[in-house]
Amino acid sequence: MSLNPLEIAAFALMGTALLLGLVRFGLGPRTPDRLVAADTLSVITTAGLAGVAALLASPLYLDVALVYGVLAFVGVVALARAIEGGRQ
Amino acid sequence: MRLAADVFLLLGGLFCVLGSLGLLRMPDVYNRIQAGTKAVTLGALSFLVGVGLLYPQWWAKLLCIGGFILFTNPVGSSSIARALYLSGVRPWTVRESRAAASASAPQQRG
Repeated sequence: MSLNPLEIAAFALMGTALLLGLVRFGLGPRTPDRLVAADTLSVITTAGLAGVAALLASPLYLDVALVYGVLAFVGVVALARAIEGGRQ
Repeated sequence: MRLAADVFLLLGGLFCVLGSLGLLRMPDVYNRIQAGTKAVTLGALSFLVGVGLLYPQWWAKLLCIGGFILFTNPVGSSSIARALYLSGVRPWTVRESRAAASASAPQQRG
C-alpha cells in the first residue's frame, strides 16, 4: 500500500507515542510506574500491529495483534497480583 | 473513504501521543494510570476504525481487537490501581508536594 502524507504522519505519531511510553518505562522511579507504562505500551502496540497489517496489506498481522493483546493483558494482571502481595 | 480513514488514523495517533505525554508528565502513578488508560483507549480504537475504513473486508477481526481493548484496558488498569492501593502506595496531594518543595528550597518558598 502506498502511503500519503497523512498516513505517514499517523504512523509517525504512533511511533512517537511508543517512544514516550518507553521513556517512562525506562525512567519510572518505582516498579508501579513501569507497570503502568508497560500496560499503556501494550495497548499502543496492539493498535500499531493493526497498522502494520494495513501497511503490509496482510490480514495475518491482525491475528498477531489479537494474541499479543491477550498475552499482554494476562501479563499485566499477573504482575498486578504479584505486587499486591498475599491476602490476609 | 481514504480521507475519512486518514482522519481517523491521525486522530488515533494524536490521542496515543497525548496519552503517552500524560504518562510522562503526570506527577503520580494514579494520575499516570488515568492518562495511560483513557486517552490511549480512545486513540487505539480510533486507529482501529481508521484501519477498518482502509480495509473494510477486515471488519470482523478489527471488531474483535477493538472490543478486546475496550474490555481489557479498564480491567487491567483498575486491577493495577487496586493492587497499588492495597500494597500501600498513597495518592499524590498538592500539600505534600508543596511541603517537599519548601523543604528543599525554604528561602524561595518562604
